Amino acid sequence: MEKTFNFNLNGKTVRVTTSPERMLLWVLRSDLELTGTKYSCGEGFCGACTVLINDEAVLSCQYPVQEVNGKEVTTIEGLQDNGKLHPLQTAFMLHNALQCGFCTPGMILGAHNLLLKNPQPTSKEIVEAMEGYLCRCGSYNRIIEAIQTAAQTMKGQRS
Amino acid sequence: MKDDEFIPFDLEKNLNPGTLDRREFLKLMGGGIVILFTVGDSLALQQARRRRGYPEDFNAYLRIGEDGRVTCFSGKIEMGQGVITSFAQMLAEELDVPLNSVDMIMGDTSLCPWDAGTFGSRSTKYFGPPLRQAAAEARTVLFQLAAEHLRTAQEKMKVKDGIIFVTKNPEKKVSYAQLTKGKKIERHLEKKPPIKHYSQHTISGKPTDRLDGRAKVTGEAKFAGDIRLPGMLYARIVRPPAHGAKLKNVDTSAAENIKDIQIIRNEDMIAVLHKHRDVADKALGLIKAPFEPSTNTQDNKSIFKHLKGSASGGEIVTEAGNLDEGKALASKTFDEVYFNHYVAHAPPENHTAVAKIEGDKATVWASTQAPFRAQGDVAQALGFSLQNVRVITPFVGCGFGGKNSGRQVVEAALLAKLSEKPVQVAWSRKEEFFYDTFRPAAIIEIRSGLNSLNQIVFWEYHNYFAGSRSSQPFYNIPHHRVLSYGGWGGRGGGRTHPFGVGAWRGPGSNTNVFAIESHIDVMAKSAGMDPLEFRLHNLTDKRMKKVLNAAAEKFGRSFSEAPSGKGYGIACTDYLGTYLATMAEVKIDEKKGEIRVERVVCAQDTGEVINPEGVRIQIEGCVTMGLGYCLTEEIRFKNGRILDENFDTYEIPRFSWQPKIETVLLDNPEMPPQGCGEPAITSMGGVITNAVYDAIGIRMSVLPMTPARIKEALRNGRAATQ
Repeated sequence: MEKTFNFNLNGKTVRVTTSPERMLLWVLRSDLELTGTKYSCGEGFCGACTVLINDEAVLSCQYPVQEVNGKEVTTIEGLQDNGKLHPLQTAFMLHNALQCGFCTPGMILGAHNLLLKNPQPTSKEIVEAMEGYLCRCGSYNRIIEAIQTAAQTMKGQRS
Repeated sequence: MKDDEFIPFDLEKNLNPGTLDRREFLKLMGGGIVILFTVGDSLALQQARRRRGYPEDFNAYLRIGEDGRVTCFSGKIEMGQGVITSFAQMLAEELDVPLNSVDMIMGDTSLCPWDAGTFGSRSTKYFGPPLRQAAAEARTVLFQLAAEHLRTAQEKMKVKDGIIFVTKNPEKKVSYAQLTKGKKIERHLEKKPPIKHYSQHTISGKPTDRLDGRAKVTGEAKFAGDIRLPGMLYARIVRPPAHGAKLKNVDTSAAENIKDIQIIRNEDMIAVLHKHRDVADKALGLIKAPFEPSTNTQDNKSIFKHLKGSASGGEIVTEAGNLDEGKALASKTFDEVYFNHYVAHAPPENHTAVAKIEGDKATVWASTQAPFRAQGDVAQALGFSLQNVRVITPFVGCGFGGKNSGRQVVEAALLAKLSEKPVQVAWSRKEEFFYDTFRPAAIIEIRSGLNSLNQIVFWEYHNYFAGSRSSQPFYNIPHHRVLSYGGWGGRGGGRTHPFGVGAWRGPGSNTNVFAIESHIDVMAKSAGMDPLEFRLHNLTDKRMKKVLNAAAEKFGRSFSEAPSGKGYGIACTDYLGTYLATMAEVKIDEKKGEIRVERVVCAQDTGEVINPEGVRIQIEGCVTMGLGYCLTEEIRFKNGRILDENFDTYEIPRFSWQPKIETVLLDNPEMPPQGCGEPAITSMGGVITNAVYDAIGIRMSVLPMTPARIKEALRNGRAATQ
């Protein structure tokens, strides 16, 4: 039985009519054609499908679309501010903290969630928070450095 | 080597550039010299592609746009290894244009020069030289055209950033774009101009950030699964539960009730198609398709016995001297066996393809390392001519040798033809594990001997199914014989395994270096020497000594006769011309059986380096990924079933595993660029097992060294051989 859901997606209101039990990942990727959010393991083990829902990192492959009703969703496409890259995006580029780039959107949104909760994490805290995000290319050390750089930039922006 | 032939033609021969010479080209062009003209695919390019070599015509590699931007064409693909950046650097350097004016088009069979595929750390080594040559020729021709345009002798002009100007009067100038007007350059040189000497380089050789960084941090980078076409359907296909299982019957009635579902049966292929991927998933789950059990009886425990029993007629990879003479010289002999289990590629992006068919033409967007091979596969499957099939390769989310076959590409193409709609096939993680062409389980037996001077006098090497790469001894061993009983592809090993096996980043070498370097340490211990001293004692190869000394200097810790309790390890190797030495420090939690790798130092001589930042990234990636096959990665299987289906049970390296990684790049610009995407991973098995031995005094002979194996070894005081 299809239902209509309204939510805020990257700053714009969207309305989707579909089956409530469908996962948000597929609604984003196929119905809304927003492909920055990646499908990789499909069972919540890798972090590639991470999006922010009301500023919380969520595995969209495990998140039914009905639960998103009335909430704010941010995907990698929504992270820029009027065409200006988010400090995390800049820092990932600066440190070359990616290779194939497939896990990168999830990594960045996961890190974004961490910095919201803990604006100046130690590298140990970064490792603990990011443990569920997999990168087969092996960019972990550079990602840790990128998150620390972004944290510094964001601290500067706040003060 | 036979066991490396996983593609059906002679790779080295076909990778040699210049198959089509200038005279043949002129013949094809009717002999007339036209200065500028615009066409799509040149005849020369088509011919060269058909002949399976890199084309001679420099236009195949580059195009200067009216806006001054330069497009570089390469049949290689970008899967994270970073050639998108290093090729652009090479082209910009040789053509004298700004790096940020270069756009890369890669892996498009209609636009790019033919290529065998992206594997074997061969991209820079083999595609680099013809790319540089093409740019050097284009630059020289542009100088000729500028001389005519400005009525000035060439010697009196210079070029900077794509603008040729009169040295004494820089206002008198003309840009490449003005000369070419966006058209192809149809003047060529009989004599190829020299490429620049490395000492003149200002772009190549400099650390350069990834050119695809911005696209990848914004989500704009497109992978095959991100292609959206009007009316596109997502297909899901019924798969057997086990390799070798046969379909009994099928009942699709429940799936048929789903709105807008399309079901296709084509011989053994049963597919459900829907405009939403997850709805197709649901429909697939409703299909009842019982299978006969597989007749395969192997599992992880029985596999080594099975492999050994399947082997026959070893081929000599290399030999020297006489083993009997060598044995007579030995005062001590050694006889050891080394094993490794099956390992998955586990790329983050599952195999994916999108196919669109219009009349007798097909376009396929594919997650593949070998687009030209996929083009042939699709043409054959559809009965289309080769030129009517275009394969486009968007960014690829890792390959590691696992995306050389075109199974999903053919599936998408067939289903697009049958459904008369554009179709996307994107494997699930379970399918990815099921159809992966694993790194083969393998057994290495080594018998060797030392004389009273602690020199290695003989070396007898039996390689069961690893593949022979990096198995040629580089130590001084007067009497040796290296035998291979089949490798990772095609004949020999291919039929022996219960499922597909294939190239896995550094194919063959990971297993060989693990065995060789473990065995070197066994002998070092017996010789009473520390592992670095013993290696240097048995080497005359200056490059190898240099990388060992460079790694030791960076490592900054002195080795002692093992086991010292310090947990230090060494391994070194020659991977297809790239030399490297790796040193590591490990700590072991004996209660949990866990190995913690604290620090890894890798010194590498890759010849001329195009992008030092890119090489360091590759080494770091190799070290990190390599921890997986050392510590946890082992495909479990039983009766044709693959028991690992996702990352909950198949553990790959995570953030918390990360050691400190330090890289040393040796300066060797006189040597042409070698490969760097794979070499460093091949040393990981050896360096970590040697470090574990140094820590606990137990020689682990099976990879991966899981906590269960470490605990068992500690309990028994020796490693098990399973």
